[in-house]
Amino acid sequence: MTSPDGNLFQQQEANRRRTTWLVIGFVLFFAWLGFGGDYVWALQGHHPFPWVGILLTTVAIITAWYTYKTGPEKVLWATGAQELIDPKTDAERQVANVVDEMAIAAGIPRPRLWIIPDDDPNAFATGHDPRDSHIAVTLGLLTICNRDELQAVIAHELGHVKNLDVRLMTTLAALVGAVLLVREGMGRMMRGGGIPTRGGGGRKGKSAGPLIAILLALWIISWILAPLVTQLLALAVSRRREYLADAMSAQFTRNPLALASALEKIEGAAAPTTAIKSGAAHLCICDPLGRRLTNREGWLADRFATHPPMSTRISRLKGMGYAQLKKEGGSFTSSVSG
Amino acid sequence: MWVLLVLVVIVGLWVVSAYNGLISLKNQTVNAFKQIDVQLKRRHDLIPNLVNAVKGAMDFERSTLEAVIQARNQAVKVNASGPEAVKQISQAENALSGALSRLLVTVERYPELKATGNIGQLQEELSSTENRIAFARQLYNDTATQYNTKQQQFPTTLVAGLAHAERTDLWEIEDQAERAVPQVDLSRR
Repeated sequence: MTSPDGNLFQQQEANRRRTTWLVIGFVLFFAWLGFGGDYVWALQGHHPFPWVGILLTTVAIITAWYTYKTGPEKVLWATGAQELIDPKTDAERQVANVVDEMAIAAGIPRPRLWIIPDDDPNAFATGHDPRDSHIAVTLGLLTICNRDELQAVIAHELGHVKNLDVRLMTTLAALVGAVLLVREGMGRMMRGGGIPTRGGGGRKGKSAGPLIAILLALWIISWILAPLVTQLLALAVSRRREYLADAMSAQFTRNPLALASALEKIEGAAAPTTAIKSGAAHLCICDPLGRRLTNREGWLADRFATHPPMSTRISRLKGMGYAQLKKEGGSFTSSVSG
Repeated sequence: MWVLLVLVVIVGLWVVSAYNGLISLKNQTVNAFKQIDVQLKRRHDLIPNLVNAVKGAMDFERSTLEAVIQARNQAVKVNASGPEAVKQISQAENALSGALSRLLVTVERYPELKATGNIGQLQEELSSTENRIAFARQLYNDTATQYNTKQQQFPTTLVAGLAHAERTDLWEIEDQAERAVPQVDLSRR
């Protein structure tokens, strides 16, 4: 685990490292699902062409490419967001300025800004890369946050943009989808007897060794558990990226306590964000659907959430604020120690 | 023999990537520095409009307005280059920041002024402008620190000479007066 203390740069580093390991684990599991079976097949003396591996990889590439191409437009369209081009009211002018400021702080081109007509406070980021990115905020967020808190929330979203989280999470989601798709197809073929050689190990003269049997059994169990395992790994990456985006926000605003108070306010607002569908959940400032899930304590609930528990996020942000105050020689007042 | 060859290739690849990394950071630092200029220029361009917007309502505070205009013109005139440039620019800009914050304090003193829409807009624009400059400096300092750290760390430091990497200065506040910048409450819901 990353330490809950430490300044924002240490926290960024720790979260980056942990993402790397999770992604390596994901890719290895995926390779085992694809090419592992082919390997066992080849050991059994069948022709060594890696059918399953190539099929799985192709399906994954196609799904990834498709979601990547159509993703941002779909997500924005589904929320009913409207682009803010010519700000008119004070609140609109303020949020447009805040986005400008944070783009400068992050050193990336200004993303396009969209307003979602929803009273629940939330925000998300989408887009292919920093040069073509979108940030959407709900009307509810604009009304409950003051300028500093708004800045912190926008900085969190720009943290997602700068870390290429959209790309990472789209790819992982596509891999999860590919596993589901191929598993479904294989199940059908097995039931319909589409592949007569499958399970026909006894047809061969020499008996398969125990090692091969164990590997085969392991591989089949892996496929049975695959949807769950890949989903859990993807969610673990998503939670890591949330911590990282929080730390990026602290870097851009140098005011981690503002994000902490914004999160407290957002958590306090009860209604779920109906406008945002689950597809964009991992890019929001807080989970638009499973709020009860992210708040519930407990190991199992934590594994199935796109976002880490609010209380942990807030306490880490306060830890960063504390590290900053200590460096500046300021006193740590009781108002932020809660 | 083969081991040696592989070793040479690995070292060669590392040198290329370390060199490119340093060059990329160097250019990012230069770019971040230019971004400060961009934001300062934006402030210079904005001020005449802002002053015009409040001129009618603030006829009685002529001296405050004139101080802002003068400081702005002074800042625009600075066209120095070389090592003295940063110092001169920051002096002129600090004077401008001071004049602007005095204007904001003055505006605060007249609640009836704040009630009109123009002033609210003015405050938002001014605080945003000051924020932009502050964030541009912060980005420059962050990037420059990253660049400085990278070129001093082993083993990248071995390639630093090759990439002509030199320590860059951070943007510091020299003027004690700006350190103690008056706190103007601009928070608006």
